[in-house]
Amino acid sequence: MRIQLASICHARSGDKGNIANIGLIARKPEYYRIIEEHVTAERVKKHFASICRGDVVRYELPNLNALNFVLFQALDGGGTKSLRTDAQGKTLASALLRMEIDIRDPIDT
Amino acid sequence: MSIMQKQRRKNPELGYAKDLLTIVEQVLSQCVEKGIRVITNGGGANPKGCRDAIFRWCEKKGLRGIRIATVLGDDILGKITEFEKRSIKLDNMETGEAVEKIRGRILSANVYFGAWPIVQALQQGAHIVITGRTADASLTLAPMAYEFGWSQSDWNKLAAGVVAGHVLECGGQASGGNFSAGWRDVPDLAHIGFPIAEAYPDGDVIITKHEGSGGLVNVATVTEQLVYEIGDPRSYITPDCIADFTTIKLIEEGVNRVRITGVRGQPAPESYKVSVSYSDGFMAVGTLTYSWPGALEKAKKADEILRTRLQDLGLVFDEIRTEFPGFDSTHGELVQRENSPEEVMLRVAVRSNSHKAVEVFGKEIVALVLNGPPDVTGYARGRPKPSEVFAFWPALVPKSLVSPEVVVEEI
Repeated sequence: MRIQLASICHARSGDKGNIANIGLIARKPEYYRIIEEHVTAERVKKHFASICRGDVVRYELPNLNALNFVLFQALDGGGTKSLRTDAQGKTLASALLRMEIDIRDPIDT
Repeated sequence: MSIMQKQRRKNPELGYAKDLLTIVEQVLSQCVEKGIRVITNGGGANPKGCRDAIFRWCEKKGLRGIRIATVLGDDILGKITEFEKRSIKLDNMETGEAVEKIRGRILSANVYFGAWPIVQALQQGAHIVITGRTADASLTLAPMAYEFGWSQSDWNKLAAGVVAGHVLECGGQASGGNFSAGWRDVPDLAHIGFPIAEAYPDGDVIITKHEGSGGLVNVATVTEQLVYEIGDPRSYITPDCIADFTTIKLIEEGVNRVRITGVRGQPAPESYKVSVSYSDGFMAVGTLTYSWPGALEKAKKADEILRTRLQDLGLVFDEIRTEFPGFDSTHGELVQRENSPEEVMLRVAVRSNSHKAVEVFGKEIVALVLNGPPDVTGYARGRPKPSEVFAFWPALVPKSLVSPEVVVEEI
């Protein structure tokens, strides 16, 4: 079954210099194992290929049913230097929620 | 900080967050009456100037017995040369670049102090504590450490304090603002209540908000704020301790009440983070709005014309960036490319070391209105003017080299 992350997650993104981070939070505890399995750093890097020029590192926060992705060199210099509309990366959260994944067991979203 | 340094250079009485005065005028009498202490890092480049402005207002109102503490020493701009003589250089802690790259263009350099100077100020009876650069989370930890008598090595409790501080430091972002999970379900955003931390001696904290205010506090709102602007969650570094966000437990304890418990922490780092700002050329942003028909096609053509003219003029830019707000300025390649917007903005931003180049860009983009594709508007504010770019450069200095100073004065 193909689902969009937005149906099972919410998210918030922020910045620190030229680095963006996206916290991806499972809407229900039972969805956490799905995102842990499917939303890997590699897939996130591929998803943001046109935006992120550096590595993507993933951290797990099972206590909050969340993953944290750190995207290096993602903000064209970041902060006051970047020419991007979204110099602070605040819309990267919703960009990540667009990602589609194929899951084995159907879930009722 | 660079803007505040500039303000102070122009006028030695300025260089702090002017909003503070407005807030003080509104609430100071009540705060003193009810024993509510005020702690702020809005002192910016001039905590003393801020204090003096407040004292002048107190005098006008006939208020006496007001004690204000300032925390000084974060400004190390004048010490960079001295540090270099001791082989301490402010190299970029993230990229490793040597400070020589920006040395001649540095505008400000401030260390981030933590909670302990504020604790000292509270111990000396200050009603208001005004600091320069202080880690935001430390502003919340300080009153907790003071009230409960925590020691500087109570790592788990200090970590609980900075976690609470991280939740509070972005206003409504923890209480229903910027809420990805369900913004439509947040009541009365116009009157959003900022988050409040009810702190307990064991380090537990209840996040809540004022009765009757708008907004929403639940596990989802608090979790979104917790993951905001963090790197490795096991290692949330502050001047006071390192907190492990993977130990946080959130428990919903009632309507708009979430308990934070179980936080564990590690010893504080041996260095202070330094925020250095430096001058990095000029930039400007120009926008035009194109309407149907073929809005995007016209906007793209306009961009092509503009870039051709800038090139023909021989102007040198570090970067020219074009985006089409209304189409793909936020999600780039991820948007449905087949969509044809009814109207779209052309947004062009440039950065250059040449003020002149940026100025000419401003004239050229507005000239598109009369000389480029049709059905264009949004130029009424005139030519975008060059503004100076203040870039940031994070560095580290050993804590042993920089000492905070707490000065308490009473009116």
